[in-house]
Amino acid sequence: MDDLLQEFIAETRETLGAISGEIVAWEAQPADGARLDAIFRFVHTVKGSCGFLDLPRLARLSHAAEDVLAAVRDGKRTPDTALVNAVLGIVDRISEIVEAIDAGSALDDSGEDLLIAALAPDAQRQAAAVPVLAASAPAGRATSRSVRLNVDLLDHMMSGMSEMVLARNELARRLRDSDVDPKVEAALERLSLTVADMRDTVTRTRMQKVDALFSALPRMVRDTSAELCKAVNLVIEGADVELDREMIELMRDPLVHIIRNSIDHGIETPMVRRVAGKPEAGRLVVSARQSGNQILIEISDDGQGIDVARIVAKAAEQNLHTLAELAAMSATAKLDLIFAPGLSSRDTVTATSGRGVGMDVVRENIEQIGGRIVLTNDPGRGLRIVIHVPLTLSILSTIIVGVGTQRFALARQSIEEIVTVRGDSVRIEAIGDAAAVLVRGRRMPLVSLGHLFRLGTEPPPTLVIVSTREGEYALGVDTVIDTEELVVKPASPAVMATGVYAGKTLPDNGLPMLLLDASGIAAVAGLRFAPVVVHDAGADEVVVPGVPALLFDDLDGQRRAIALAVIDRVEPVPTSAIRWTAGAMRLSVGDAIIPLHAVGEIGDRSEVAVLRLTDGESEMAYAIADAIEIVTLPAEIAPARRSASGGTGPIAGVVLIAGEQIELVDPHALFAGEPVTIASPPVCLLQVDGSGWMETFLKPALEASGYRCVTALAAGETAAVALAMEDAPVRETRAPVVTLRRARNAEGDNDASVYRYDRPALIAAIAARRGL
Amino acid sequence: MTELFLIAHIAGRGVAIDTAQVDSVVDIGEVVAVPRAGTFVRGLAALRSRVVTVIDTGTALGLSPTPDTVRRAVITVVDGHHYAILVDSVEDVAPFVRLPLSSGLALQGGWGRAGTGIVERDGDPLLILDLVAVIPATPLAA
Repeated sequence: MDDLLQEFIAETRETLGAISGEIVAWEAQPADGARLDAIFRFVHTVKGSCGFLDLPRLARLSHAAEDVLAAVRDGKRTPDTALVNAVLGIVDRISEIVEAIDAGSALDDSGEDLLIAALAPDAQRQAAAVPVLAASAPAGRATSRSVRLNVDLLDHMMSGMSEMVLARNELARRLRDSDVDPKVEAALERLSLTVADMRDTVTRTRMQKVDALFSALPRMVRDTSAELCKAVNLVIEGADVELDREMIELMRDPLVHIIRNSIDHGIETPMVRRVAGKPEAGRLVVSARQSGNQILIEISDDGQGIDVARIVAKAAEQNLHTLAELAAMSATAKLDLIFAPGLSSRDTVTATSGRGVGMDVVRENIEQIGGRIVLTNDPGRGLRIVIHVPLTLSILSTIIVGVGTQRFALARQSIEEIVTVRGDSVRIEAIGDAAAVLVRGRRMPLVSLGHLFRLGTEPPPTLVIVSTREGEYALGVDTVIDTEELVVKPASPAVMATGVYAGKTLPDNGLPMLLLDASGIAAVAGLRFAPVVVHDAGADEVVVPGVPALLFDDLDGQRRAIALAVIDRVEPVPTSAIRWTAGAMRLSVGDAIIPLHAVGEIGDRSEVAVLRLTDGESEMAYAIADAIEIVTLPAEIAPARRSASGGTGPIAGVVLIAGEQIELVDPHALFAGEPVTIASPPVCLLQVDGSGWMETFLKPALEASGYRCVTALAAGETAAVALAMEDAPVRETRAPVVTLRRARNAEGDNDASVYRYDRPALIAAIAARRGL
Repeated sequence: MTELFLIAHIAGRGVAIDTAQVDSVVDIGEVVAVPRAGTFVRGLAALRSRVVTVIDTGTALGLSPTPDTVRRAVITVVDGHHYAILVDSVEDVAPFVRLPLSSGLALQGGWGRAGTGIVERDGDPLLILDLVAVIPATPLAA
């Protein structure tokens, strides 16, 4: 932890030095977005680090400053002098606290509330009241035992060292050829030892185990997940892989950002996870491995993945792209929107993430070291982020193998074991025209390196069992010579084009050597591996079965639920894509048109969320106001009265969710086409009596049955049928009249009136009067 | 306007190489073969602490392979990678005026690919060789 703190202090100090110029420039030109971004990133990084180093005061200050800067960035505030002063005050205070932490001295926190208050929009008047913090000389800056060095210097030292080794080797070779004084030999021996020692040290200055990057993660994951009330199991793999120190430094921030994002946005709360049929604790795997001439750092979670539709909607909302541009984007390009500066998929700002700073910084940092970042999104099941960084200057532990007259290096971590072909336990078999080996009962394909490289035709006496991501195979070689730690560099395109090498290296003997790429060799040799299904022990956890459903606010203000299984996705659509055409609401999606079900007015919204429902074959959309959350349906469903659908769409029944009665939408009825929207509904004239019963009770029921109800006919309109209460005078109308009575029983046999709550009889009577 | 050119001999013919492309001229040591690489790749050689890719210039230009006895090479850097272009011999560095290729001149194979102009030395034309173009482009394996 102390190491981390020291590093944080050194880093903050360094950034502070670098951004002081930016701040002054920003003050002079408050509209300069680039400067603002730089300062924003600084406070954001400080905030992020404080989170897991447990420095609440710094976290509070940086969070406050970040809030204000975010408002400026969004154009909600204008950066005037008071605001710039207030931000500067915070930055100065951060620097003081950092110095105090380093010196181990206490710092009075009295002024901090004022500093934060000065950030408020109405603080201009009080600006003068902010105590000008005495430029108190930091009380005794602690003497540091570490020095931050320029990497160029290390590079220079490294290449000088290589030259030195080669010179030593040449000297040794020449001395071996001639008869020399044992004293000279002893001196050379001592020189060799010193050089070897120096080389190790110099190498170590550049190299660090990726563990240095990973060791801070468990604590950070624990704190972040606790903060967000989530359960996360962190799995770290491959902490032994060595990486260039500079790369580790540059990877630190991106990794922290990605992991915090993963926990905040990716992994769901335990309740949601349970409902979705996942184990309550999320699984976060951080691994490092070497693949070809790259180091791959992979962060994968089993959370909800990225909601691409939401990202696209956000990008449209924030005018990062026009709708047309967004519509034309490929799926990958849409996913890549999360790297756009200023984009956040969050609606609310939390202390953890959600300010749209982060992923753009992540990509910038990674591209700076010649790496790239690849996202694999599996909506609902998780997100995998793989960071590829070049192997250049990575030290690799290798095994040197000999084939014919040549030597090759093979990354040690890809080697399972080395066996000699002997007797029955290890033997080579011919299967058709392919070769295989049987190693203690395990059969695997054989690739003879001598054969592949045309360096020999003899069956290989030694087998190196290598495991690749695809599968394992035996690589036949003549001899296994040695193990060596090598600095591997990328080879020229002409060499890499063969597909079998991962890089080149120059070992101590001064002869160049190639590093073999085990996966590449398998591919070139034409090996085909069946995908290996890895059984995840974690999947054995008991999952409580239950039908998951989405709880949402409907357009009419009602809260309803619909089974999750029928929802393909939820996405916002512009209302301009919705049209009342050919007697039904329809939504245009891309170049297709799908029916849209809406129970209420879309009103003057410019965008409305729709549930894209599918039964596997056909598709329809259901417009909603807002999606709430995923719930599990209870087994008990109170069935809807068959006629209860009155205008609000098919309802299967009512369920009790968290003590609240929720209507459950019946997707079967939706897809069965109910209610059928008739192209030109017949008009039903209501002869209202002023009590309002007809409008409120009768009208929805009739409209659900496909009639349009009016209380007065418009010019040129004819009613198909008229309805009147028994005691109201029947007004002049040419339409047949259905009379409604209040009493349940008819007064006589020739009473043609209908009991007003006898719905089937009413519908039948109307149909009969219309002559159907 | 004159530019500096290195006059060298490749496959028995004199060529001029723009000195901007020349890192150094060396005699390379032992060459380690690169199995499966294109035939124009003679192998790898160590140049101080650096590994260079040795190009068999004859094969690269579509002529007969440069003999193994040829050790002299012009080092050039392309996209951060060092290449040793084998040459029969190197004469001199001198300023020349770059002239366009005579029209109608039918250069064959690699000569056509790598030849970008001519210089005249004592009335004799020498082909200007673009070292970058000497190295055949290789599609990178994915």
